[in-house]
Amino acid sequence: MGVDRREFLKIAGYAALFGLGGKAAIDILAPGELEASMQGIPLTQGKRWSMVIDMRKCLKQQEAGKDGCKECMIACHREHNVPDWGNPKHAIKWIWQDKYEHVFPEHPNQFIDEGVRHKPFILLCNHCLNPPCVRVCPTQATFKRESDGIVAMDMHRCIGCRFCMAACPYGSRSFNWGDPRKAPKELNPDYPTNRAYPERSMGVVEKCNFCVELVAKGELPACVQACDKIKVHALNFGDLDAPESNVRKLLREHYTIRRKPALGTEPNLFYII
Amino acid sequence: MYDGGKIIIGLIIGIGLFLSPFFYNAGKAAKAPEPELTAMAKEAKVCVAQKSYMRESHFTMLDEWRNTSVRDGERYYTAWDGKKYYKSLQVTCMDCHSNKTKFCDQCHNYVDVDPYCWDCHIVPEEKK
Repeated sequence: MGVDRREFLKIAGYAALFGLGGKAAIDILAPGELEASMQGIPLTQGKRWSMVIDMRKCLKQQEAGKDGCKECMIACHREHNVPDWGNPKHAIKWIWQDKYEHVFPEHPNQFIDEGVRHKPFILLCNHCLNPPCVRVCPTQATFKRESDGIVAMDMHRCIGCRFCMAACPYGSRSFNWGDPRKAPKELNPDYPTNRAYPERSMGVVEKCNFCVELVAKGELPACVQACDKIKVHALNFGDLDAPESNVRKLLREHYTIRRKPALGTEPNLFYII
Repeated sequence: MYDGGKIIIGLIIGIGLFLSPFFYNAGKAAKAPEPELTAMAKEAKVCVAQKSYMRESHFTMLDEWRNTSVRDGERYYTAWDGKKYYKSLQVTCMDCHSNKTKFCDQCHNYVDVDPYCWDCHIVPEEKK
C-alpha cells in the first residue's frame, strides 16, 4: 500500500495550508496591490459594498433639528426621481425610517435603553450576500452584481409579480401602484427632480440600488454625500472585502448589529447603536 | 343558378365596397418622413455608428446598451472610430437628438411602432 490514511490526511492538510497561504503570500508579495489597499480602494473597484450606519451620530443630528434630519432621504429621492404619494400604503421606499422596535424585532426587551426606544432608525436595502428577492424573481429582473455585490434591478425586465416583495424580510421593496408621473403635483412640485435618471412606470417594483450609477462614476451614494455635507458622517459606505477599508475599520472598533441575522440573508448593512 | 344576375351584381358591389379604400387611396401613399437633425446633431456629423446602421438597427443597439450597462455594468461604448460614449438613451442619445417629435415619433408613427422607452425615460423638453 502506497499511502495510508494518516499519510493522506497529512498531505491533504499541507495542500490546504499551502493553498490558503498562497493567496495571502501573493497579496503580500504584490507591492502595488498592497499600496492600493493602504490608500483606500477606488470607488469603482469595491468587491462587496456595504454600509455602516452610526445611529449615535444620526440620532444626535435628528434630535438637534426641530423636525429631525431628513437630508439623506431627500437627497436619495431627488437623485432617483422617487415621488411622494402622500399615502403610506403607496410609499416608494428607497431609504426610509422606522422605530427601533420594528427594525430589530428580535431584540424584544420590555425595558430598554431610552436612547433607542421608539427612535427612528435609517433603513435601506441591505444588499444581502444571500438575497431572497433574487432567488424568487421569475424573470431575473433583480440580480446580484457579481462584481460588487449590489442587488440591482433591471426595470426593463420587471413584470410586477411582487414575489420579491414577499421574499424580502426587510420591506425594502415597493410597488408602483400608479404612474410616478401622475403623483400629486402639490407634493412633487419640481418632479422629475433628476433629468439624468429615468423614472419608473406603473406596475414595477423598485428599491435602493446603492447608487450604482454614482459609484460607477467614482462618487459616493447620494445619501452618504448628503450626510457628509452636513458634517454628520453617520453613513459610511465602503468595501467589506478590503481589510483596511473604512467600514472594516468601523466594524473592528465598534459593536454593530444587523437586521434579522438569523434568517441567513447576510445583510451588508451594519448599525452602530 | 337561380337569381344568378342578382348574385353577381351583389358580389360585384360587395367586392367593390371591400376594395374601395384601396381605390380611394391609390397613388396617395404617405411619404416616409425624414428624421430631422438638430443643429447639435448636424454639427457632430457622426453618430455612435454609421448612419445606415443607426437607421435600420438603432433598436438593436439600444437593447444591447441597456442589457450591458444595467446587467454587466459596462457603461461605456467604444464606437468604430475609437470614440467613447456613455451608454444612455436619456443622457447621450437625447442630448444630441433633443427633438423627439421630429426625430423619433415621426417615423415610429409612420411604421406604427410604439416603443415603451418613454414610459420611464424622461423626454427632453422641446421648444414649440
